[in-house]
Amino acid sequence: MASPVRTPGHVAAPGIGGVGESPLRPDGTLKVAGEFAYASDLWMDGMLWGATLRSPHARALIRSVDIGPALAVPGVRAVLTHEDVPGRAMFGIDGTEDQPVLAIDQVRYQGEPVAIVAADDPETARYALEKIVVGYEALEPVTDARAVVADPEGLKVQRLGGITRYQPVRVGDVDAARAEAAVVVSGEYEVGIQDQAFLGPEAGLAVPSEDGGVDLYVSTQWIHNDLKQIAPCLGLSADQIHMTLAGVGGAFGGREDLSMQIHAGMLALHTGRPVKMSYNRYESFFGHVHRHPAQMRYEYGADADGRLLYADVEIVLDGGAYTSSTKNVVGNAASLGVGPYEIPNIRIDAYGVYTNNPPCGAMRGFGAVQACFAYESMMDKLGAACGLGPLEIRRRNAVSQGSRLATGQVVESPAPLAAMLARLAAVPEPPPLDPSDLRNLPGGVSQATHGEGVARGVGYGVGLKNICFSEGFDDYSTARVRLEVIGGEATALVHTAAAEVGQGLVTIQAQVARTELGVQKVTIAPADNQVGDAGSSSASRQSYMSGGAVKAACEAVRAELLALAARRLGRADLSVAGGKVVSRADGALGTIEDVLGDAVIEETREYRHRPTVPMDPVTGQGRSHVQLALCVHRAVVDVDVDLGLVKVVELAAVQDVGKIINRTGVEGQIHGGSAQGLGLAVMEEIVVADGLVRNPSFTDYLIPTILDMPPMRLDILEIPDPNAPYGLRGAGEPPTLSSTPAIVAAIRDATGRALNRVPVRPEHIVHGA
Amino acid sequence: MRVNLTVNGAAQAVDDVWEGESLLYTLRERMGLPGSKNACEQGECGSCTVYLDGVPVCACLVAAGQAEGREVRTVEGLAEGAPGDERLDPVQEAFAEAGAVQCGFCTPGLIVQSHDLLERNPAPTDAEIREALAGNLCRCTGYEKILDAVRLAAERKATR
Repeated sequence: MASPVRTPGHVAAPGIGGVGESPLRPDGTLKVAGEFAYASDLWMDGMLWGATLRSPHARALIRSVDIGPALAVPGVRAVLTHEDVPGRAMFGIDGTEDQPVLAIDQVRYQGEPVAIVAADDPETARYALEKIVVGYEALEPVTDARAVVADPEGLKVQRLGGITRYQPVRVGDVDAARAEAAVVVSGEYEVGIQDQAFLGPEAGLAVPSEDGGVDLYVSTQWIHNDLKQIAPCLGLSADQIHMTLAGVGGAFGGREDLSMQIHAGMLALHTGRPVKMSYNRYESFFGHVHRHPAQMRYEYGADADGRLLYADVEIVLDGGAYTSSTKNVVGNAASLGVGPYEIPNIRIDAYGVYTNNPPCGAMRGFGAVQACFAYESMMDKLGAACGLGPLEIRRRNAVSQGSRLATGQVVESPAPLAAMLARLAAVPEPPPLDPSDLRNLPGGVSQATHGEGVARGVGYGVGLKNICFSEGFDDYSTARVRLEVIGGEATALVHTAAAEVGQGLVTIQAQVARTELGVQKVTIAPADNQVGDAGSSSASRQSYMSGGAVKAACEAVRAELLALAARRLGRADLSVAGGKVVSRADGALGTIEDVLGDAVIEETREYRHRPTVPMDPVTGQGRSHVQLALCVHRAVVDVDVDLGLVKVVELAAVQDVGKIINRTGVEGQIHGGSAQGLGLAVMEEIVVADGLVRNPSFTDYLIPTILDMPPMRLDILEIPDPNAPYGLRGAGEPPTLSSTPAIVAAIRDATGRALNRVPVRPEHIVHGA
Repeated sequence: MRVNLTVNGAAQAVDDVWEGESLLYTLRERMGLPGSKNACEQGECGSCTVYLDGVPVCACLVAAGQAEGREVRTVEGLAEGAPGDERLDPVQEAFAEAGAVQCGFCTPGLIVQSHDLLERNPAPTDAEIREALAGNLCRCTGYEKILDAVRLAAERKATR
């Protein structure tokens, strides 16, 4: 079988630039020229188009499925249901295989896949979907997550029960502390369902291979974990599936779970022809999991000086009908439930539950975002009750090196929260905007206000995020590096299975290779399963983990190169610098090219971070995280208090990234993460009624535009973590945590409203909530 | 039906076009020009922005038949020079250099829209850049480096 047109290829990293510099992205030229092969751009002669029939009900029994009328449509090549799944009927991301490849006897969420079609063109495929007759018997959906906590057995929507995970945290004696507290504050908080809203919808191409297997070109965050789920369902061994990462149009957690992978594989195996599937935006809203909505109750007590004595917390996260990554999201919400503050007595009850609401799983910030909105709102409330400002109340309770988190985990490396707040406070606040230019006002040129009723507010937010996988997971990445002379120039080829999703990992891989090997020319091979597992592009972990793996492989190649040099030159005091092999005694002895000659050096290495342990199921105690990262935000807003419109005037952030590997890249992560936090603060929510999504489009689900985003000021600190490669600290998620509470705090400051729910809506500002 | 149009300077005739088909579909699936992206099909995201007779439009909102006899210019047609020896437009260069590209799915549309802005207004203010690009969604960058890129492209164009 021939290869598809426009498949991912090797990318040559242009120019120079090692660790700490900001070289151009290797894929940048292709992307600006419109030539980068995204999954939805893949194309092959003779390919069919796949399409998916999805449930219109949040919960229903399936009484009958008649595919006959669809099969009769000219140009339709296959119509498949659960009966056609070649292998295991169920799959799941974290080892809990509770989700059917295609619905079997019932559907448990709106949009659940029921049948799939392959046809000659996409219009015929879509037309055929309409011809499939499914007899549903609608059931009352379970949509109240708190009710499931109260009655998990009675309200269970699937065989595993009502509770996905319950994780308590117990420290000290909360009841005794409550009796001693001078100040007690409480609050109930809610976070709506946020969508990743990556711009490139789910897509991929499946091509039958000659050995009876299938070649998959897909956009995903984790090739090997996809493979682990796909192969058993397709009834194939893992080595019969060749997976290659197709160009990924953003991910943000939404591509951790499978979407079209197994379906396209089934259609390709069934028809013997290549099959492309490409969701549109509407389908994409149903085609991936979202950020868990949360309902949270918090009570804090403090002494008269505002020093926290206890926290009593309940967090309920609604994961929808299937497990997805809810268990780990609950672990994060519980372990990070009170954030980076020292609290001697803690009681946290964190629940993930199954309902018939939209399925939820991974999204940037992963359980820490929801808790952060609540605990930061609480810190402001406590400060107000104690007569302390937002900076002072945080400073008095901030963790630092040596502090214990809620899990008992000791903060091992510097965590200069108080100093970061001081730096943030020192950033000058933006001046009032000129109201004669309507573009400066809330509502902008829609002329909502000409300056009347506009109030300014300032707010702060602090976020603490775990980096890399936690709770005892064997977290590692693999890299293969090959060094040889090509066209007279020493060239490094870096090959990993790590997913470039836009974050710039390919750039960093090239930088690491240049730094470690002293070569300029680096080529990045497409990510695929012909090299070992790299783990997921999530949890802000790839610079750390795959950066670490590339570094380790390069070190091994360098050692081999120096051994070769030692043999050829008859000496041992050698190192590599500036593209040359250098002797300690006599300086440069020759170029890498001279030493290598025709030799090819190739090494593969796995890199692991230090082990973690699961949280204790009763006390929640344990060193569950390997690395923690802080970001602090200050938001300045102008609010039209009459119409409830918000203009975010400026976001300032201070973040510790340990070591700046690539300044352009890390700034882009902080900017983008802050923007997604802004979206959650004031606009983004999948609105659900009776389990049905009301706004599955970019017309109705709003993400920030360039007019919504303010200028951002960044202060990036480099306090090295001695346990991480180059001292770096994962950077992608922390800003997504802290920008949301900072913006909401600023709106509270401007309006005096309680604002216990995000996204904040105009009616909350005008009428209160 | 057959649609006759000029795309990136070359006259083309496309057969078998369905009456309800968008210009975006025709470009991507019939003409081998997938540079323009399909991210919403509602004209909300701007990822499919192309020039139609010199005016930027969302190709997803234009019926292919409406392009009959007209000129289309896509992101693939912005580079100058002979095939194989193209030089990227300064807007394209600036997006790559300024860090305005992460996943890049929004990039083709933003580049066409920015290209048009600088044709009309060679030295835009930040407020003017924001207004011009308000119809183009980006989920990765928070737009800061997109602003940098447009400022850089304006400088480059002024000195070229």
